[in-house]
Amino acid sequence: MSLLEVKGLEVRYGGIRAVKGVDLAVGEGELVCLIGANGAGKTSILKALCGMQPSAAGTVSYAGKPINGVPSFRLVRDGLVLVPEGRGIFGQLTVAENLAMGAFARNDSGEVARDLKRMQGLFPRLAERSGQSAGTLSGGEQQMLALGRALMSKPRLLLLDEPSMGLAPLMVAKIFEVVRRIASEGVTILLVEQNARMALEAASRAYVMESGSITLAGDAKDLLADPRVREAYLGEEAA
Amino acid sequence: MALIGIVLVALPFALSQAGTAWVRITNLAILFTLLALGLNIVVGFAGLLDLGYVAFYAVGAYAYALLASPHFGLHLPFWVILPIGAAVAALFGVLLGAPTLKLRGDYLAIVTLGFGEIVRIFLNNLARPVNITNGPQGITGIDPFSISGVSFAKTDTFMGAMISGPMKYYWFLLVVLVAVIAINLRLQNSRIGRAWEAVREDETAARAMGIDTTQIKLLAFAMGASFGGIAGGLFAAIQGFISPESFVLVESIMVVAMVVLGGMGNIWGVILGALLLSFVPEILRYTVEPLQKAVFGRMIVEPEVLRMLIFGFALVLVMLFRPAGLLPSAVRKRELAERKA
Repeated sequence: MSLLEVKGLEVRYGGIRAVKGVDLAVGEGELVCLIGANGAGKTSILKALCGMQPSAAGTVSYAGKPINGVPSFRLVRDGLVLVPEGRGIFGQLTVAENLAMGAFARNDSGEVARDLKRMQGLFPRLAERSGQSAGTLSGGEQQMLALGRALMSKPRLLLLDEPSMGLAPLMVAKIFEVVRRIASEGVTILLVEQNARMALEAASRAYVMESGSITLAGDAKDLLADPRVREAYLGEEAA
Repeated sequence: MALIGIVLVALPFALSQAGTAWVRITNLAILFTLLALGLNIVVGFAGLLDLGYVAFYAVGAYAYALLASPHFGLHLPFWVILPIGAAVAALFGVLLGAPTLKLRGDYLAIVTLGFGEIVRIFLNNLARPVNITNGPQGITGIDPFSISGVSFAKTDTFMGAMISGPMKYYWFLLVVLVAVIAINLRLQNSRIGRAWEAVREDETAARAMGIDTTQIKLLAFAMGASFGGIAGGLFAAIQGFISPESFVLVESIMVVAMVVLGGMGNIWGVILGALLLSFVPEILRYTVEPLQKAVFGRMIVEPEVLRMLIFGFALVLVMLFRPAGLLPSAVRKRELAERKA
């Protein structure tokens, strides 16, 4: 039984079908990635999964229960948490306030305080800047904050939408290090990425999307070696 | 703290030395402070620009007038009507909030502006076929407050001191004001306050934090509106007469100006803004005329004209030199500091 199971998911914007019947599954504790070009429908899938975009057809079940039409604020309480594309941090609030906001849906204040400490260990940069307003952080630091804030809500399944977007290569490596570490602590992750190499190296399984449909699926290692993937997403000439 | 309390309680005795008119002016200033604090919840805390806020003031005032006047022959006591007025205003707040949930900034401002006008026009026209609001003539003979037979409209002598009607209202308003300030302070640091902050900053991210943004925005509209409704009920009782003319767009704009001038989101700033914009015009009214007569021997500029001139000039100055308001909130202060950096 997978933690997340998606069958025949369709997402429409007016007359345009952005996602055309997608099946995918993420097992408990897995790190699965979804790669594909711009406009392939990756973000639309994530939005539909977390209740921010209504699905036009198909079923989504999370922890054994159907969640079609369940509003996102309720899903957060059940541990299904999205880190939106472009981070979506609260720029005017301080780093500490942002992290505290992540625990909004929780009411175990003792454990929240402990988790705040844990975040300081996980993200020393953020600890140094806890009193600074989040808008003044660099892009990479903001992404770290977005990850930390999501962790504060005690996720069971984390949906990451392009965490490497617009970051310098060194920062991208750091972000992936954190993503791996979160996964190793037992959080299930569905990672959407354009940086196919980094994503495939981090994930155990992967799906490849092209204009609204899944075209390839399998072990991340196999896909990394697949000539079709190498040509289309890793920028290598076909042999 | 205790000293401020004593001064505030004793204030009407000092003011009535200068004339009962000044106690009335102070009462109106407190009413506007209540309005500004209510609007601050919507605009300052939740970041939803409302240009039709006076509609809730009107709803509260009419609720009071209809339930305590000869118009329908109803004479309910004030402690029954004020909560009713607050509840009806809150309902109107939800009525305005529900269809505008997806709107932000300018678009929301336009719809709320329309809402304020709709309410006023309804009040003007709900006289036929069934006479509910008595149209533009308004409602007269509204009952004053009365506690165990002591009417707020009459002057009494208590331990040798003259206690006029406006003075009684002043003390009542003071109690309401303190309560409203306390509620505002509590709200700001509560879970709800933090949720409003998140919605104001980034709605999508707020939802991703597990905040029910629909509920939290409606709550802001309802709470803001209910404070407006209470202020409206008090206004109706103090004036004894209301008509749609008291609830025009300019009043809404005035309240927004109080909030912006004082410092959006900062409770003390909003109070300062409301008191300044209430008192300065009155002080001008009493000083400009004698001053001109003394200097030029005749009136050159009407106080009313001068009032608008100074008001506009003051707003321009504040926006130039203190764009976050006279007493900015911590968040706005940071926001501006960053923009400069």
